[in-house]
Amino acid sequence: MNIAMLLDMAAEGFGDRVVVGRRKDGLIASRLRELAIGAAAAVRTAHADAVVYLAVNGPAFPVAMFAAARAGVPLVPVNYRLGAEQLDQLLANHPNAYGIADPNQADALRRAGMSTRTPEEFVAEAEVRTGAEDDVPMDPEATAVLIYTSGTTSKPKGVLLRHQNLTSYVLGSVEFAGADEEDAALMSVPPYHIAAVSNVLTNLYAGRRFITLEAFTPAEWLALVREEGVTNAMVVPTMLARIMEAQLDRSVTRLRSLAYGGAKMPLAVIERALREWPRVEFVNAYGLTETSSTITVLGPEEHRAAIDSDDPAVRARLASAGKALPGIELEIRDEFGAVVPPGVTGRIFVRGEQVSGEYAGAKSSIDERGFFDTRDQGRLDDDGYLFIEGRVDDTIIRGAENIAPAEIEDVLMRDPDVVDAVVVGVPDEEWGQHIEAAVVLRPGAELDTEALRAHVRAILRGSKTPDHIAVWPELPRTPTGKLVRRDVVRRLVEGEVPSADST
Amino acid sequence: MKPRVGQTLTSPVDSTTVIVVRAPDSDISLTCAGVEMVDPKAKTDQPNGTADPNQMGGTVIGKRYADEALGLELLCTKPGKGTLAVNGEPVPMKQSKPLPASD
Repeated sequence: MNIAMLLDMAAEGFGDRVVVGRRKDGLIASRLRELAIGAAAAVRTAHADAVVYLAVNGPAFPVAMFAAARAGVPLVPVNYRLGAEQLDQLLANHPNAYGIADPNQADALRRAGMSTRTPEEFVAEAEVRTGAEDDVPMDPEATAVLIYTSGTTSKPKGVLLRHQNLTSYVLGSVEFAGADEEDAALMSVPPYHIAAVSNVLTNLYAGRRFITLEAFTPAEWLALVREEGVTNAMVVPTMLARIMEAQLDRSVTRLRSLAYGGAKMPLAVIERALREWPRVEFVNAYGLTETSSTITVLGPEEHRAAIDSDDPAVRARLASAGKALPGIELEIRDEFGAVVPPGVTGRIFVRGEQVSGEYAGAKSSIDERGFFDTRDQGRLDDDGYLFIEGRVDDTIIRGAENIAPAEIEDVLMRDPDVVDAVVVGVPDEEWGQHIEAAVVLRPGAELDTEALRAHVRAILRGSKTPDHIAVWPELPRTPTGKLVRRDVVRRLVEGEVPSADST
Repeated sequence: MKPRVGQTLTSPVDSTTVIVVRAPDSDISLTCAGVEMVDPKAKTDQPNGTADPNQMGGTVIGKRYADEALGLELLCTKPGKGTLAVNGEPVPMKQSKPLPASD
């Protein structure tokens, strides 16, 4: 199948329904298809081998995605927050692409030798060609979307998501036309994030109108949720934390479902959100770009059961990523590749049709049994709930001991005055690395760092106790909420104290 | 007929429209209300017939109909009054538990 078929189904099944944008002036499904057909003709005429999208989220994004699919070329959404050097490196991979960029980004495309137009000009180009011939290639192995990983742990890699991966994710996890006509989804992550791509496909397929927020602020998010009657929303943990901290009216009467993912959710934030919004259904989704988005889900009943339970095992599930989706198999393996039993931490491997595990310019990283190495550490409990314990690449090696920062971060976060925490390995002549931490405090709080160190030592042990705990106004995170650990290390080494507005 | 994955098929006697999600590599007879389904894009003779009153179980939008033994799976994109059948046997509706929207 080609993802363009998902749009065809929507256009034939509920063509008059507004699926993109505001209710009063949004695009109906059949119009979205007309525009995709027109835009595909423009892409073919340009003899382009990809569609590069370097702009904020908006109605042009789904048009670009389906135009690329209909023209048989990949869509390449690129991070508009990258520096010029990194941007030039990525764009150099796509010299023959059809470019769409916001005006302030157009130069980057020109430097790479690409044609460029704004999202508005792109839609206008599509409008004049809506009657064009439409011949959708049906190769399920073709690349539908190429997404560059964020590069927080290594050099950005281009992940190839094939039509087969994305359509099997949608068909396997969403009911066609399952949404109510009044439903609306709000997407707050930028288009270069896998969740933005999967969100277009799953909402369209469900028949749920979706709107996008160009730049997240708690005030705008809350206002849009109320004004547009948003029923479903997806946020990254830092967004939910900011919404919960803001001195604002947080009433969200129509909001029914809030999904979160992309980084670790602090327990205090989700507990507070569950209390403040007792009628909202919370969904924790874990997945990677390489797995076409979500592979495990902690559902609404599981959230409520966990927070209401006295059983420590059930209560602990609030911090879990939930259970595997149908069609997804998980394995936890030790350092020698052997599968370990429940309760034992190891590397998380995943298998399923939606799993791509392929990078541009590299051979497939899928092993002989069909599994992909997520490079995340974690464990399963007896009932199959997955607990994520950080990236393998973040492991601190102190002396000969491997130490997972997540375990120490969890202990730091249990201090009621600590709202955010990071633990890293800092280069050390004697030990190779030694452990340091940085924490963010609740407004107005003061911290006795020696007492906190003693607390960590009492719970864990001496070799897992940070030698130094810095107090910072905030931690360096990407706009999609991922911690940038190498910046933490740099700041600690250079003794730089970030100001509150430095990111 | 030999359906292809991604092919849209319609019923000549009611409004049922399906999309082929999985297909066997063999010739099959696919009917709705007892009348052979057609590909509206194919320029072949449109078969006609009358709906069999005993095959009016109906189809539901968004539901998948699958014959696991045969490896055939259809997704209903427009509902109708007829019953889908393959080689004369009704195709059962696939039960699925909808997941919470995660993105």
